[in-house]
Amino acid sequence: MDSILGLVSKRIGLGILTLLAISIIFFIGVEALPGDFAEEILGMNALPETVAAFRKELKLDLPPHERYIAWLGGIMKGDLGKSLANGRPVVDLVGWRFANTLFLAISAAAIAVPVAILLGIIAALYRNSLFDRAISMATLSTISFPEFFVAYILIALLSVQMIIFPSISNINDQMSFWQKIHAIVLPCLTLTLVVVAHMMRQTRAAIINILASPFIEMARLKGIRRTRVIVMHAFPNALSPVINVIALNLAYLVVGVVIVEVVFVYPGLGQLMVDSVSKRDIPVVQACGLIFASIYIGLNLTADVLSIISNPRLRNPR
Amino acid sequence: MAFFKLLRKSPIIARIGLVMILLNIAAAILAPVIAPYGETEVVGDVWMPMSSEHLLGTDHIGRDMFTRLLFGARNTIAIAFVITMCSFAVGISCGFFAATLGGWTDLIISRLVDILMAIPVLIFALVMLAIVGNSIPKLIVVIALLDSTRVYRLSRAVAMDIEVMEYVEAARLRGEGTWWLMRHEILPNALPPLVAEFGLRFCFVFLFIAALSFLGLGIQPPTADWGGMVRENSGAITFGIFTPLWPAGAIAFLTVGVNFIVDWFLHVASGLKD
Repeated sequence: MDSILGLVSKRIGLGILTLLAISIIFFIGVEALPGDFAEEILGMNALPETVAAFRKELKLDLPPHERYIAWLGGIMKGDLGKSLANGRPVVDLVGWRFANTLFLAISAAAIAVPVAILLGIIAALYRNSLFDRAISMATLSTISFPEFFVAYILIALLSVQMIIFPSISNINDQMSFWQKIHAIVLPCLTLTLVVVAHMMRQTRAAIINILASPFIEMARLKGIRRTRVIVMHAFPNALSPVINVIALNLAYLVVGVVIVEVVFVYPGLGQLMVDSVSKRDIPVVQACGLIFASIYIGLNLTADVLSIISNPRLRNPR
Repeated sequence: MAFFKLLRKSPIIARIGLVMILLNIAAAILAPVIAPYGETEVVGDVWMPMSSEHLLGTDHIGRDMFTRLLFGARNTIAIAFVITMCSFAVGISCGFFAATLGGWTDLIISRLVDILMAIPVLIFALVMLAIVGNSIPKLIVVIALLDSTRVYRLSRAVAMDIEVMEYVEAARLRGEGTWWLMRHEILPNALPPLVAEFGLRFCFVFLFIAALSFLGLGIQPPTADWGGMVRENSGAITFGIFTPLWPAGAIAFLTVGVNFIVDWFLHVASGLKD
């Protein structure tokens, strides 16, 4: 047990270090700009007083390391600074949108994970069958499509041709749970399709890889029944790669969600981030970027930890 | 030619992919010749249906969709190509330097790349674009830099394998410099895997620019660009007009083509027989 704890805490430490390094890059990026950030944002003919006030607002008059430490300290206390566009605290802008984004991502994951794993396993077991080939073609095409193409096709089919689901997913607190679900069916379906395609292919590859290993052949040669080979021999070994596949694809959802939210005008974090980038509202962008980064790193970390626990071979250093 | 020999044995899917890519390239090169109208010329009403005058109808301010699609191919493919070239130039030189010099150079670049690769490119690119603002040159620098991390990983790994070969050792004992070693010994031997990677990276960069333009943060109007065209015309879809599906379909068409080829390449490279 000791070695597991040591390994896991090492991974977590590494994750936190990475996150810190990323926060430094996000922060220092402003520093690396040629010329003055305040003048660049405010334009050439801004009054000197405006520029000075702006610099004070962003605390640009302090040296960079002091600002970084103050910023980091603020984040620890839950203070993400103020938006440049409307002067409201970033926390107020981010909080409820983040909840919306999680709602969408979790709904998509709840459908995608079981479907993808099941399809992947079936495709691997009946390799090179008609089913496998058909599903291979379909997933390869879906992977190649940009998310917004899938989204617009779904809109064209399910919201314009057949008027079943709304093409704009506006949700608010007054809506009941089922109303919310109805509103997010299309964005959820888009994300599910894209993620299932990726996840199913990787699951299939992982299972095939295991079915081809010598110990499975050995088990078969011993004359063990097929179901027993799969459940007792293949499954425990497939666990760690499949966990990895799931975590990787959930992390992929983090990116997919940005584009899908824009297509369906969904009030989530991705939409907010894109809007803020075009307004160059740096504090909001930094906050959103940091949230997405921590989720992404957190998911990868979880995958690492789970595969260490599920695969005894990883516990011993080479 | 080895390439044609390989092609003759290729599965039908790879050939379809090749034709799809060639069609796109032809459209990109010949755009000014075949396009019936000018790139930003307003020639009709808003969202006109398909007709013999306007093969694919018109867009949200009455420009010919077919013309825009051709010029879009030209702009998007050209920019994606430039970015991929830049990313390879940076990635390969850093990777080779790290492999040949080793020690601190390798350690510092590799850790930096680890950090850049720890989060999705899109999130990084959005933060960077918010900071530097957007214009085409800035877009090229930001994406090329982020994409070069992937090229770095591959070229470093390949160069590491070549670096221990006797002929590199011999050249080194002859007193050749690092730059000469990289240029004359490592690069020619590392070329095959890097060329295959080029196709993959190009596809990724192309999709990425399309996504950024779709978000309104990439190539700015009035320059025709597929992602941007989807964005501009997206309002039409709720009226049952399928104009935005043309550029979106064009993006899908090209990436499906590239993926068909890449899938086959990977199959050949992995030596699988089934």
